[in-house]
Amino acid sequence: MTVTEDRPGDLPERTLPEDTAPAKEVGRPRRRKEDARLITGRTTWTDNMVLPGMLHLAILRSPMAHARIRSIDTGAAREAPGVVAVFTGRDLADEQGGLFTVWTVTPDMVRPDHPSIAVDQVKHVGEAVAIIAARSRAAAQDALELVDVDYEPLPVVLDMEQALAEGAPLTHDHLRSNESFHFVFDSGQAGTGANVEETFANAEVVVSRRFVQQRLIPAFMEPRAVVVQPQGDTFTLWSSTQVPHIVRTVLALTTGIPEHKLRVIAPDVGGGFGGKLQVIPEEVLCLLVARRLGKPVKWNETRSESLMSGHHGRDQIQYIDVAADREGNLTGIRARLLNDMGAYLRLVSPGIPIFGAFMFGGAYKVPAYRFDCTGVFTNKTPTDAYRGAGRPEATFAVERIMDELAVELGMDPLELRRRNWIKTDEFPYTTSAGLEFDSGDYDTATDMALELVGYDELRAEQQRRREARDPVQLGIGFSTFTEMCGLAPSRVLGTLNYAGGGWESASIRMLPTGKVEVVTGTSPHGQGHETAWSQLAADRLGVPFEDVEVLHGDTAISARGLDTYGSRSLVVGGAAVVNAAEKVVAKARKVAAHLLEANEDDLEFSNGKFAVRGTPGSELSIQEIAFATFSSHNWPEGMESSIDADATFDPVNFSYPHGTHICAVEVDTETGGVTIRRYGSIDDVGVIVNPTIVEGQIHGGVAQGISQALYEEAVYDEAGNLTTGTFVDYLLPSAADLPAFLTGNTVHAAPGNPVGAKGVGEAGCIASTPAVVNAVLDALRPLGVSDIRMPMTPERVWRAIQEGGDGGDRATAGSNAYGGAQTETTAGVSTPESSLGGDR
Amino acid sequence: MIPAPFDYARPTTVAEVLQAVASGGEDVKILAGGQSLIPVMRLRLAAPETVVDLGGVAELRGVREEEDAIVIGAMTTHSDVLSDPLIAANAPLIAEATATVADRQVRHLGTFGGALAHADPAGDLPAVALALDAEFVLVGPGGRRTVAAGDFFVDYLTTALQEGELLVEVRIPTLAGRWGMHYEKFNRVAQAWSIVAVAAAVRTENGHIAEARIGLTNMGPTPLRAAAVEAALAGVDATDEAIASAAAHAAEGTSPSSDLNAQADYRRHLAQVLTRRAVRAAAGL
Ligand SMILES: Cc1cc2nc3c(=O)[nH]c(=O)nc-3n(C[C@H](O)[C@H](O)[C@H](O)COP(=O)(O)OP(=O)(O)OC[C@H]3O[C@@H](n4cnc5c(N)ncnc54)[C@H](O)[C@@H]3O)c2cc1C
Repeated sequence: MTVTEDRPGDLPERTLPEDTAPAKEVGRPRRRKEDARLITGRTTWTDNMVLPGMLHLAILRSPMAHARIRSIDTGAAREAPGVVAVFTGRDLADEQGGLFTVWTVTPDMVRPDHPSIAVDQVKHVGEAVAIIAARSRAAAQDALELVDVDYEPLPVVLDMEQALAEGAPLTHDHLRSNESFHFVFDSGQAGTGANVEETFANAEVVVSRRFVQQRLIPAFMEPRAVVVQPQGDTFTLWSSTQVPHIVRTVLALTTGIPEHKLRVIAPDVGGGFGGKLQVIPEEVLCLLVARRLGKPVKWNETRSESLMSGHHGRDQIQYIDVAADREGNLTGIRARLLNDMGAYLRLVSPGIPIFGAFMFGGAYKVPAYRFDCTGVFTNKTPTDAYRGAGRPEATFAVERIMDELAVELGMDPLELRRRNWIKTDEFPYTTSAGLEFDSGDYDTATDMALELVGYDELRAEQQRRREARDPVQLGIGFSTFTEMCGLAPSRVLGTLNYAGGGWESASIRMLPTGKVEVVTGTSPHGQGHETAWSQLAADRLGVPFEDVEVLHGDTAISARGLDTYGSRSLVVGGAAVVNAAEKVVAKARKVAAHLLEANEDDLEFSNGKFAVRGTPGSELSIQEIAFATFSSHNWPEGMESSIDADATFDPVNFSYPHGTHICAVEVDTETGGVTIRRYGSIDDVGVIVNPTIVEGQIHGGVAQGISQALYEEAVYDEAGNLTTGTFVDYLLPSAADLPAFLTGNTVHAAPGNPVGAKGVGEAGCIASTPAVVNAVLDALRPLGVSDIRMPMTPERVWRAIQEGGDGGDRATAGSNAYGGAQTETTAGVSTPESSLGGDR
Repeated sequence: MIPAPFDYARPTTVAEVLQAVASGGEDVKILAGGQSLIPVMRLRLAAPETVVDLGGVAELRGVREEEDAIVIGAMTTHSDVLSDPLIAANAPLIAEATATVADRQVRHLGTFGGALAHADPAGDLPAVALALDAEFVLVGPGGRRTVAAGDFFVDYLTTALQEGELLVEVRIPTLAGRWGMHYEKFNRVAQAWSIVAVAAAVRTENGHIAEARIGLTNMGPTPLRAAAVEAALAGVDATDEAIASAAAHAAEGTSPSSDLNAQADYRRHLAQVLTRRAVRAAAGL
């Protein structure tokens, strides 16, 4: 167990001096080998690519949320200087195919056709309606203004609840309703737990709430970009994507270009957060235009284009009920969700809420469990994966309702959690949702986190501020979360009707000079796979870290792979690297036995050397064996001249990272401003291959989760225009707005993979949001505040203080009973000062 | 995005600037630091025929002292302002407000004159200039004239600058007596524009407030002076109670807008809270 504290202004020196460094690579805080080129930008970002004769594409996007395209006049644009060609949806209608959704979450799921470029109708602002191909980017941009589109406006529906109402305008007029699917899981019906109706009917206490997961935009640092080079009947496509392998297969199916004629390369990619887990219309359009014109083409987007037309995330309305007895033992949880799909289903849109379907019970033992989710079409940008994908939504709901239940029961929120969570000796534990949680120690993580943040001292300060009626109040919030990651056991994906598998692949190539190439099917876009995979391979092969090169992201080099998302890369892809290394060692052992004229069983392998047990001096390194393989002059009879190996790993179970996050906030009750005072987390992500990378993932994830709680929201106006269309209005925090995070770990190796890792890519983002919201409410409950919609802007906080309850920002409040005196005081708060310091 | 095509001139003297502006055609834009102009050109909300860049005009840059004022050249960048000893000594309010502008990158390019000429109601420097009774020196085809701060800010993004006219420098009159100053800005993240902000300059004499000047940022289409607060503060003892009761007048005569960050009533409330805080700090409480 380790705890590290950040010192602001004094960067912690994390690299151990060479002489005290552990012999093993795994566990070493190696600096990331890829960073110099990524940070300086001197690398192969897709937009850095320049090919001879390359044309630049600019895309005209619909300013209408729903309209029929009467006509498009491209005449003037065709005549503009530098313009080579202009295409509309009609021009490409016969060859564009339809974009794919690879997850059919219910047998009757409705999936409208989704052309890459609109032909007859547009369904959301930002949809492509025309493409200019020109000799320069500027010329293409200029010509966009010359295209004249005649739109006939159609009725717009933007609100999910309105969209489901009788007689609502239809997003797709050939469909019967705006409902895409209705997915239900019920523990009574599934036989995995108690009867839900009976549980709730007989419950001593039921608390019900309505929470809103606002719409978010992934906002990766590098905007999307695509380059296509046609050569005869083959095509090379570079894309700033998380999923080059998926892109290749899906594009082949969409465009009819045979898969073996299409090579996809994800060069260095500057972030994704799920926003690049997609096969984008622009990839299809670049291919089609390159094929038509027989010339290389490039498209790259502006930031406003990205915010408007890249897929969005979250956007879920949650009705959550919890049942318990008076002692605080949970008896049931019921979640009924509406999830906004936007205008179309994208690659895995309907699957996003389903990733959370089995996690609304969180870390707790919940005998009865029901999950019910309706996917809804509206005239907005489609939603799809965004960091955490389904699990932040579930974690938020359960961690928020635990606090509400604690208030209802008059219990300490942490005490209520302790009473209900799975105990260490109960693992592996099968939940009422049917999942088998592999391991965990929630008590230790929580005890450590309390100490890390100085919990008692914070509570004492909170009390002092309350008594002094300080205009700045302190609040403390918890999130004792667990999440499901390591996507995914292929067999489970099959039962959920996901089209693909969940395995990952790796190859290890031993070069003649003893250097090593590790080819991975994962596709890093900022996570540091080159460093971590090198550490894994160096340990297993016993070669120096510097002698390993990691290759990825090119379907011609990494032939098999399922790419990077869902905190899967180390858990599944790293495991494949380990398996491949084991195979290399096994082959090398045969060669060593041959060359050392010993029995294989008499060889021991350590630090990269085979030695004959009990015969000092007779040893051979794996790097020497690599050269012997190359020459093959003296080679075991019947063995292929290679010690290279391929391996695939398909997990048998998900992995379940967990942790305790504690947030302390200061709330300025006069302005409504919220400042994070302290943030501490203890995470169990299993075995840590590189502590610096793990810490970085937690930091970034926590920042993103805080950002959902306080800052970010994609807002549409009544006509369906994105009003948060630039970073002036779509607010992101920077380091200046966040505290120094206190982080630490407990380490319980994941039993399900040879690395022992559980996954860390999403943990911070999943855990932090409810901790922040719980903290703000903890500060304000004495003022009669019961809830505040996210993001908790200063204005919303201020209004909630003025008006009590939830500040009027919720369409339908759940049961508003908070127990004790608070029930009566919610309406009667006038000024903050007058009601501070009251009984709690 | 890429701006629409435009002609570009980079003169080196004020006289050449006027010439370039006069001969630049229908729609000429002056480019200072470009931190407001370039974004609107890139979004194609502006498409000037000619851009006249002041970057090469050395005489427009720098701060000097005159008998009754310090004089800030229009092209003095925000970061120059932050490190200037004359400003620190005579008008620390300007430095304090400038430090809250955007981020380092923007402050290295954006200019004092550009920020005032742009006259964004959410910009931090107009209310400061107003509170300090700054004088704006303009040069145009008709010659040179000086405009008081109260007359310079005319409407939303609109100033007294006439077509073909150039803001060359801003005079900040030297203050006599014991002044305290404070800029109180409220925004959601560090690099964001003000939702509301208050610039306060307070002269104290023997424990009472002799004179107060309060400028309000983003409480209307132009920066405003909180006249009712100033009147209520004149002559009162510098106590929390007196300041709080004077600050309660902060929203009088304002017409704040409503946007994603704040409805008008919330802005009015913020103006009162922030005025109280700004005056307290300026009075040394
Ligand atoms: C991300 C970001 C955040 C920002 N945040 C803030 C903030 O928090 N607070 C704040 O106050 N500002 C903020 N700004 C604006 C910043 O202060 C700009 O520098 C300022 O508004 C304009 O100054 P400039 O020198 O860049 O002018 P430019 O952009 O070059 O010009 C602005 C306008 O003024 C005109 N102009 C410029 N100079 C003259 C002159 N001498 N005579 C006549 N007309 C002239 C131009 O023609 C143009 O119309 C921000 C800007 C950015 C990009």
